[in-house]
Amino acid sequence: MFKKIIFKTLIFCFALASIAQSSESGGMPQLNPEFWVSQIFWLILTFGIMFVVLSKLILPKISKNLETRKSQILENIETAEKQREQSENKIKEYEKLIFENKIEAKNYFNEIRQKVLGDIAKKKQVLDNQIEKELKEVEKEINELKEKAPEKINKIAIETSTDLIKHLIGTEVNNSSISTIVEDISIKNKDKYYGV
Amino acid sequence: MAANPMHQFNVYRIGPEIKLGEVDISFTNASLFMVICSIAILVIFNLGTKKNSLIPDKLQLLAELSYSFVAKMISDTAGSKAKPYFSFIFSLFMFVLFCNMFGMVPYSFTVTSHIIVTFVLASFIFIGVTIIGFIKHGFGYLKLFVPSGVPIVLLPLIVVIEIISYLSRPISLSVRLFANMMAGHTMMKVFGGFVVSLGIIGGWLPLSFSVALTGLEILVAFLQAYVFAILTCIYLNDALNLHH
Repeated sequence: MFKKIIFKTLIFCFALASIAQSSESGGMPQLNPEFWVSQIFWLILTFGIMFVVLSKLILPKISKNLETRKSQILENIETAEKQREQSENKIKEYEKLIFENKIEAKNYFNEIRQKVLGDIAKKKQVLDNQIEKELKEVEKEINELKEKAPEKINKIAIETSTDLIKHLIGTEVNNSSISTIVEDISIKNKDKYYGV
Repeated sequence: MAANPMHQFNVYRIGPEIKLGEVDISFTNASLFMVICSIAILVIFNLGTKKNSLIPDKLQLLAELSYSFVAKMISDTAGSKAKPYFSFIFSLFMFVLFCNMFGMVPYSFTVTSHIIVTFVLASFIFIGVTIIGFIKHGFGYLKLFVPSGVPIVLLPLIVVIEIISYLSRPISLSVRLFANMMAGHTMMKVFGGFVVSLGIIGGWLPLSFSVALTGLEILVAFLQAYVFAILTCIYLNDALNLHH
């Protein structure tokens, strides 16, 4: 501020000095009234025309454009806000949908699993039953066979021994004596043969 | 003659002498630069508003920024009531600014460096503001000269001072602009003369001064236009909102 004042004073001093110097050759042309009226006339004319054209034609255009821009920006902001809200709603909806579907899928999966497990259990049961039944049958058969086996073996043994004796000796031995011997041996060796 | 620093302010006739009755209204170099400034303003602002697109180009931005600058200046100093006078203050600011700036072109003529031009503008503002004040407030406008909260004893003195300061407004307004422009241009001419007279050996110092002064003068050209416009707003504020 101080510097500015000093500078200004300097400028004025110089200006005054130069005016004083030039006053010898006619002084300030500004104070010569020769063309004052002409200057006033042309000032009013040019400034008047410029003022009228500016205020009637150009300035309304600028203010209108500024206003349009302002309203356009406000409108755009409003639209953007609305669209943001919409998109947020959409996201919520989407998340809800996904959540629901997840639950549904889980339920569905569980249901199917339950069903499959049930099916498996049922089939297993059926198979188990069948297997048990068959096992029982087989066991029965085996038992039957087991019971019948010594008798048959004995019979075969008797026949074989009869044949053998016949071949070896050439005489027929009494069947009953052979069978007694065979039965004796078989009873004796029952443990060995059948593992009972 | 060329070394005379006041020579640049000479007004001379261009073309034939035009007389309106007894009065000489010939076209002079001053008139030429008034016409050039007005046309430059109109052309720039016309080009700036031609397209009026949503995203402005350079000239449109210039026009819109000047518009908002002046609009803000008026609403800050004179309030919303001053809106009807916007186009006048805008034209005034632009005219003074362009005249000052065109004056910075070498060998051109500075219209605002003539007391008669600034005085006509200032007295037009003064008369207009006074009329607006009397229309808005009637004789209540005279309360402007009677500040509130002043002791009765001092009142006659204060009223006289207020009236003098009010009446000196057109003079201070016009002389401020005229003297600033004239002083600056004279300074530049003087330093330019020093460059020539000191020659190639000693002329560098005044030349650098001259360069610095050119920058300063461009600042002053803008500042004085701004001051002229803002003082108009302040006077208008007095007339519109009587606060005293």
